[in-house]
Formats: sequence, C-alpha cells, structure tokens
Amino acid sequence: MKEINVAQIIPVIRNLCIDANYYASPDVVEKIKFFMEKEESPTARDILALMLENHKMADKEQMPMCQDTGVAVVFVELGQDVHLVGGDFNEAINEGVRQGYQDGYLRKSMVDDPVIERKNTKDNTPALIYTEIVSGDSLKITVAPKGGGAENMSEVRMMKAADGIEGVKDFVIDRIKRSGGNPCPPVVVGVGIGGSFEQCALLAKKALLRPLTEKNADPKWAAVEDEILERINMLGIGPQGLGGRTTALAVQILYRPCHIASMPVAVNVNCHVHRHKSAVIE
Amino acid sequence: MAKEIKLQTPLTSEMLEKLNVGDKVLLSGTIYTARDAAHKRLVELLKAGKELPFDPVGAVIYYVGPAPARPGKAIGSAGPTTSYRMDPYAPVLMDAGLKAMIGKGPRGQAVLDSMVKNKAVYLAAVGGAAVVTAQSVKAAKIIAYDDLGAEAIRELKVVDFPVFVANDTKGNDIFKLGVEKYRIDN
Repeated sequence: MKEINVAQIIPVIRNLCIDANYYASPDVVEKIKFFMEKEESPTARDILALMLENHKMADKEQMPMCQDTGVAVVFVELGQDVHLVGGDFNEAINEGVRQGYQDGYLRKSMVDDPVIERKNTKDNTPALIYTEIVSGDSLKITVAPKGGGAENMSEVRMMKAADGIEGVKDFVIDRIKRSGGNPCPPVVVGVGIGGSFEQCALLAKKALLRPLTEKNADPKWAAVEDEILERINMLGIGPQGLGGRTTALAVQILYRPCHIASMPVAVNVNCHVHRHKSAVIE
Repeated sequence: MAKEIKLQTPLTSEMLEKLNVGDKVLLSGTIYTARDAAHKRLVELLKAGKELPFDPVGAVIYYVGPAPARPGKAIGSAGPTTSYRMDPYAPVLMDAGLKAMIGKGPRGQAVLDSMVKNKAVYLAAVGGAAVVTAQSVKAAKIIAYDDLGAEAIRELKVVDFPVFVANDTKGNDIFKLGVEKYRIDN
C-alpha cells in the first residue's frame, strides 16, 4: 500500500492544463507537415502552414494555441495499491483545473445549468473526471482539454450487427462529411465500438489519446482505420472546410465486446489542435 | 481567385461587391465580438425597437470568445468560433445594416440569402490559429454585457486581420465550391 496525498495532485493537474493548451504535441506537428507536403490546394497549404506557425507562436508568447481551451477532460488510472489521503480526490482535481485555467490565462467555458440558466461557473470547473482502477501503486493522470466546436460534431449510433464493418465505415465517413468545416478540420477521429450506449462514447474519446504516429496494434483494425482515413480525405472538405485533401489527420478505433443484439458505434471528433498531456505520480 | 485585398471599416456594399470567394482579405479598423449569448440579446433589442450597443450600419461582427489577456497584452488567444450557431440571428442583424461576419464553418441557406439581399459577406478566419490571429488585434475593450465574461461584446481595433472570403455578395459559397473542386467520388 502506498499513500499519495491529494495535495500532490493539484499542481500536476494545474500544469497539465496549461501545458496541453500551450504546447503542440510532436505527433500533431509531424502529421500536419506530412499532409501539407501532399496537399494540392494552395489555400489549404496556406492554412496548414498557419497552424504550424501558430504552434510556434503559442510557445513563444506563452498563450493557448486556441481560445477555446475546452472542457477539462481528466482520465485517471488509479493503481489499486494506492491509498489517497489528505482530502477529497475529485475536489483536488477540480482545484488543479481552477488554478491551471486561472494562472494560464485560459478561457473558462463551463455553464451551469446547461439549458435554462447557462451561467458561467467562472473557473472552468467541474472537470469531467473518468477514473479507472488498475493494478500497481502509481497514479496516471491525463488532461485532454476538449473544445466545443469539434465535440458538437460527435455522435452515437445504435447499429445492427447486419450493418457489418462496411456499415461502421460508412457511418464514420458520413459523420465527418456532415460536419464539413465546423469541427476545425483537419480533425482527429476517435471511434468507439461495442460495449454499450455510454461505453462506446467513452471509448471513442479514449481512442483519441493514442499517439497519431502509432498504428492500431491489431492489423485488421489498422486496415479499417487506414481505409476510413483515406476515404475521409477524398471528401474534399480540407482544412477549415475551404476545400482540399487534408480533412483528417488520423482515425483511431477502440472496441469492447457487446451484447448479441447490439452494435453501438460512437464517433468523437477532435480538432487539429488535438490536446492531451499526461503525468504519473509515484 | 486568391487575390489579397486590404479593407478598412466601416464597410459598404460597393467595397464588398468587388470581393469573390477565396480572396484573402486583410481587414483593418473596428470590429465587434459577439457569440451565442450576446447575439440572443442583440436580436431581442432589435425586436423591441431599441438601440444596439454599437452602430450596426457597415459593421463587422467577429464570432469569438477570447481567452483572457496577459498583463500588457491587448487580448488573449482569439480565433473564430463555429458560425452556424449564430445563423438564427444573422439575417436580422444584416437587415439592420451589418456588413460582414467573421467565423468558421459553413452557413445555412437563410444566411446565404440574406447576404445576397443585403450585400453582405461572410469571412472565414482560421480556427485554432488563435495566437496568430490575436497579433492583429491592437486594442480591445468591453462595450456591453460584461456579465457574459468571454462572451461579452468587445470593440476590437484590428490591423491586417487575415481572413478568407467564404461567401460573397453574389451568393457563391466556398464551402460548396472548394469541396466540389477537391472531392474524389468513392
């Protein structure tokens, strides 16, 4: 049994919120450069170059790459041999988010309630916290700030087994086609398949965490991802929807077993800024 | 296509009729920020026959909720938000004299029709290039709805603010034309 004081978590979350928003991930930079080389539209190439320039300028100016610094999505992998002491765990995470969004000059984008009052909570809390108990005695935290524009283009569909893999491909491609320029393409497409109504949605979000330069470990699913990506990039939407070959940077799939009667599929769309940063507390 | 044109606010129909979709525009002058919550209030004012917090005639609205400014800076990161959410309000504002909207993503048919009718344009800024965009903003002050925080209406002074003409006064739509040009049927 190892004790971790929740006070240790606060500065870790604070810094992850800031770092994820200020610094472009190397895999995103690599993918944008890769697609810029192949891009046929001059306007699209200009826009991709501007995105790369924006990464550099955000770092230099110590400003968030995008003004929509998102909802703070926090994934926690909590080792089962860890005993958390010193206060409330979820409150510590929210305090970290509060400090990160305040100290980092990040935008506060949460409203409560979601329909009638829609009053800004002024500190970007509550965070969306997903805690999973895993083996071991360490605590891994990933902060993935998620913007509204891309999130709004996401969808869950309860498909039939008869729809098969072709049905899944068509649904994902059609979802991106209907999104057009709204989610800030080039997008990253997270796909969650199986489980249940709610589990496939969470899988789709988790699928976004895989490094863009890493292939799906299962060759048959890697082939599905490659085909969907190729077909999405034939849609012509292009960066910001102004036309071009670069509509998505990657398609990433996670799946789970599901009920004999079901085949739930979720698509979670992420924008080209594609932010997430992790830390481990041992 | 793809000419680079400098424009100075306030905008007029004559200035805008020369623009074509795909043109790159460097916009200078005064623009106003507004997004979902502010639009709701602006349209309520117009429907009640009241004055807006700024003169809409020849005006430009930028769909943005900027990040907080660091001390000594005019503004924080300030890229466009997705525009379709403002579609229910945009025609009413154009009827009141609004000449240009800046945002990201395609617009609905009613907005396209209103642009043709009112000789107005829709300009696309690059979403997620918010630090680059912020460099063109030289001054910012809140002029209405302070209670809305990031969604308050700000008056921005901009110099060479980079945008692309997405919808011109002739009814052309880059979101359709651009996609058609690069689509491969599969």
